[in-house]
Amino acid sequence: MIRFLFKGLIRDRNRSLLPFLVTTIGVMLTVVFHAWITGVINNSIEFSARFSSGHVKVMTRAYAENAAQSPNDLAILGADTLLEALSASNPGMDFASRIYFAGLIDVPDSTGETRAQGPAMGIAIDLLSGNNAEMERMNIPSSIRSGRLPSAGKEALLSSEFAGKLGLNPGDTFTLVGTSMLGELTMYNFILSGTVEFGTTALDRGTLIADLSDVREALNMTDATGEVLGFFRSGVYSDELAADVRERFNSRYSSDEDEFSPVMKSLSEQNNMGFLVEYSGKLQSILITVFILAMSLILWNAGLLGGLRRYGEFGMRLAIGEEKSHVYKTMLLESLIIGFFASLTGLAFGMLIAYYLQEHGVDLGMMMKNASIMMPRVFRAQITPWTWLAGFIPGFVSTQIGTMLAGAGIYKRQTAQLFKELES
Amino acid sequence: MKRLLTILLLACSLIPVSAQFPDGRELLQKIDGNMSSENRIFTSSMIIYGRRSTHTVKMKTWTAGEKKSFTEYLFPAREQGTKMLKLEEQLWIYSPSTDRIIQIAGHMLRQSVMGSDLSYEDLMEDNSLVRQYNANVTGTEVVDGRQCWVVDLKAIVPDIAYQGMKLWVDRERNIPLREEMYAKSGTLLKRTELSDVQKIGNRWYPRKILFRDMLRDGKGTEFIIEEIEFNVTIPEHIFSKASLKK
Repeated sequence: MIRFLFKGLIRDRNRSLLPFLVTTIGVMLTVVFHAWITGVINNSIEFSARFSSGHVKVMTRAYAENAAQSPNDLAILGADTLLEALSASNPGMDFASRIYFAGLIDVPDSTGETRAQGPAMGIAIDLLSGNNAEMERMNIPSSIRSGRLPSAGKEALLSSEFAGKLGLNPGDTFTLVGTSMLGELTMYNFILSGTVEFGTTALDRGTLIADLSDVREALNMTDATGEVLGFFRSGVYSDELAADVRERFNSRYSSDEDEFSPVMKSLSEQNNMGFLVEYSGKLQSILITVFILAMSLILWNAGLLGGLRRYGEFGMRLAIGEEKSHVYKTMLLESLIIGFFASLTGLAFGMLIAYYLQEHGVDLGMMMKNASIMMPRVFRAQITPWTWLAGFIPGFVSTQIGTMLAGAGIYKRQTAQLFKELES
Repeated sequence: MKRLLTILLLACSLIPVSAQFPDGRELLQKIDGNMSSENRIFTSSMIIYGRRSTHTVKMKTWTAGEKKSFTEYLFPAREQGTKMLKLEEQLWIYSPSTDRIIQIAGHMLRQSVMGSDLSYEDLMEDNSLVRQYNANVTGTEVVDGRQCWVVDLKAIVPDIAYQGMKLWVDRERNIPLREEMYAKSGTLLKRTELSDVQKIGNRWYPRKILFRDMLRDGKGTEFIIEEIEFNVTIPEHIFSKASLKK
């Protein structure tokens, strides 16, 4: 039976070509769209986690109230002990201290007088302990544009564009003018070991990256840290797991009575990331529903057109005694075959495009030239197991629904009228 | 006789209330006579009561007129040897740990000094009130058990840190015991409480000032004058960039 129908579809392309093309294009677009949106959302979430929020973040309660300003006067004291405790109680996670700070980069001339100045956004991470986790997490080794990674104390990295504006080259000395934890004006000399470019406008505009121990010395923050970031070793953020870790930590360490007690926040609780996390979770169902509805309508329409064209054929089949239900079933079977092969074809083309976008990405840097938010400049699509299903299943199902709706007309045909229709 | 008394009483009641208050300008001149000087050298301590901890900074300051000032930090050890030079609207800071002299932009002069409630302008300027403000005495109040004039000040020069001030001036010693500093918008920026007023030479001078920056958290900064000398000769080389590295 299937073979018979298949031959029919192949030989009479008018029967199959339009629904095949519609379904193929629809599935292809859905696959690309799904992979792209998934990629953009996950790129943003992961970028935020790596550079700013972690999968979870520990701060003091007072710091957390104004976290966007990185108020280091409200930093965590006894940071190393806290870090050890966090690592011990969460074996599936890595924790790292970070200090975010603002300051002025002052470049001296040959006489030691100010030659150039520029405002910098500083990030202090572990660069020199031998544990490269933080460097890898922030993609620093592959972001080096000139010079090298810091290998000794008092060496630092500057964003390439910023160093260029200040006229600094690797090996040059510059001074960080900042504010200490106690609010004192501080100055600290660094040697520029290299320059970096992250491909993110907000970071490439004026970033200083230095070792945690140097910045602690510069900002008078002995055994203190602004933030402790936690990352799941799997590398994938899970809101449920993060909530569990957060609840356990806060119930043990945090107190409403003490504004300097530590408090843990999950990624979705920071920087309005909750919407993205929630949206990411619902993306598949939203896409599938929209696709099925839209495609069903299109294929219903296509089925109606096909039905009109095959009006005579159905009439003849019914007139010679074929059951209405049998005609209807064969229609469904035909659409099943079309849906299956069209979905496979659409999936193949869609995956090819999605794979290209996943590997090469799209540079949206020009669109974010003046953006102050931390977002990646190059967005990439992301193919997940759901991408396969998100394209195939709706393509397959919508052809069935479209045919079911269009084919319902068969049951309205009056047997008594069939011969009159045929005569005419 | 009764008619004469009635006329006298009526005449007294018709005298405007303001006539009972001193002239604002004269009062400011008297305050300047106490608080300002051609030059001065003082050693001071700042006890900064932060939101979380308290720390102390000690310094020595040389000031000549309204435009020249030089400060050297004496304590804590981390800050020892840090020097600041202010000439007109320019400020240079020398840090011995970096051996660098860095010029601070003009708008930074209104930033906090060492996390305190004082700005660089508060610390390093000795401006004459009478040259910067118009004063209007509006009433009397008791502050710390002393009768004070309440004086409203409005700036008469542009680009000044505090566009308005309200002073509570000791009627007897012509020294402010409380000050409120306002922005042009009327926002209260700072409040000071001046105490431990002592006779130094022929002038009254407060040895202790509690500054409160009203725009930030914290319990204020106590500024204590430990030693002060007025109108002494200060060598001109003190106010040069060369002296920063000495």
